Amino acid sequence: MADAKPKEVLLNPLMNNNPIALQVLGICSALAVTTKLETSVAMCIAVILVLICSNAAVSLIRQQIPSSIRIIVQMTIIASLVIVVDQCLQAFAFDASKQMSVFVGLIITNCIVMGRAEAFAMKNGPALSMLDGLGNALGYSLILLLVGFLRELFGSGKLWGVTVLPTTGDGGWYVPNGMMLLPPSAFFIIGLAIWALRTWKPEQVEDF
Amino acid sequence: MARDSVWRTFLVAAVLCIVCSVLVSGAAVGLRPRQERNKALDRKKNILIAAGLYEPGADIEGLFAGVRSKLIDLATGKPVSPSEVDPASYDARQAARDPDQSVVIPPESDLAGIHRREKYAFVYLVEKQGQVEQYVLPIYGKGLWSTLYGFIAIDADANTIRGLTFYEHRETPGLGGEVDNPKWKELWPGKQLHDAQGQIQIEVLKGAVAPDSPAAIHQVDGISGATITCRGVSNLLRYWLGPDAFGPYLAQQSQHSTTR
Repeated sequence: MADAKPKEVLLNPLMNNNPIALQVLGICSALAVTTKLETSVAMCIAVILVLICSNAAVSLIRQQIPSSIRIIVQMTIIASLVIVVDQCLQAFAFDASKQMSVFVGLIITNCIVMGRAEAFAMKNGPALSMLDGLGNALGYSLILLLVGFLRELFGSGKLWGVTVLPTTGDGGWYVPNGMMLLPPSAFFIIGLAIWALRTWKPEQVEDF
Repeated sequence: MARDSVWRTFLVAAVLCIVCSVLVSGAAVGLRPRQERNKALDRKKNILIAAGLYEPGADIEGLFAGVRSKLIDLATGKPVSPSEVDPASYDARQAARDPDQSVVIPPESDLAGIHRREKYAFVYLVEKQGQVEQYVLPIYGKGLWSTLYGFIAIDADANTIRGLTFYEHRETPGLGGEVDNPKWKELWPGKQLHDAQGQIQIEVLKGAVAPDSPAAIHQVDGISGATITCRGVSNLLRYWLGPDAFGPYLAQQSQHSTTR
């Protein structure tokens, strides 16, 4: 990994090594915040910020971290960053923070953040680590936005809060699929997305 | 000093903790005034929404100038003197958790499922030319997953609902979360809290209200797929507007309005 090229580091996580679809990390938050596109986007922005900063911070002090406490050191850095992001949201984007509520705090437990710190930032320089953070966060965002898009469209007939399919409840024709609003539907969509991705790129299929 | 020596490990841990705690507390303290302002503004906005005075993009502070807040003792319905409790610093949510400032609700009358409630609560009087037009009361109680926090606006007769809004809850979006649906909220204005005997009758039904039923004036259509949330709304309204909470205050206001 030491001679990784910046472009690959940035772009690989989007399709070839997607954190959700291939590494199957960060699934929990993908279920929780994707009932609406708007909250998905807010979550993506928060994860992008946290992941870039945490990768940069871990990479900067990677020579200093004793290996016996490296996990808790990474955790402390991530947790601090998440709290700062949460505080900033409450101060500058109050409505978004109200909607995401507890899920901002749960970025701490998003395995992607920790996974990238341990797998990449501990071995590479700050600039490359930031790129890796950005790439992985974008890969995560891609899936999150897809799920959020489908769930909001079919679950409540809306996109970004604007009615696209008028639902029967409001006098339209579309009978909303209530299951789309419940967490299991995100599993189905992610499962189908993984299927589609692996049909397109068969090298991602794991050996049995 | 080797990277993995004991002293080095302690040193790194200590320095990291200090740096992180300075960062976190700096953010928390530095941003607090802004956050408090946002919260206060959000509360005012929701009071105005309940009273039907809010329009998107309106100047919240300007509109709120016509609203007077008053701290009352829920047990008696009388105003609390500022020397006893300072209204500027009183936080009802904190008070509800503080044993000194709250009362335990006996299980049989705990309709809202909140276990304790604060002794003192704010009422917001929407006034025009010195006359009270509406009372806006804070209400909260359990739904399916979460506690719903909201405001209800009641006409000067202390009986007719003018509006209802919830500003904080974690009900399922699309199901229980439809308590935020403007179409559903439109059903509330004009409904009456009490029957002729003064008993509180307001209720969210399961299904639709029969328009020719004599009780229809007290009933609101339920939201499909949100039975438990709707039951929670019924119960929290009955608790907060009933004799254990705002009942005494509302009774005094209705006497006042009939004698006037």
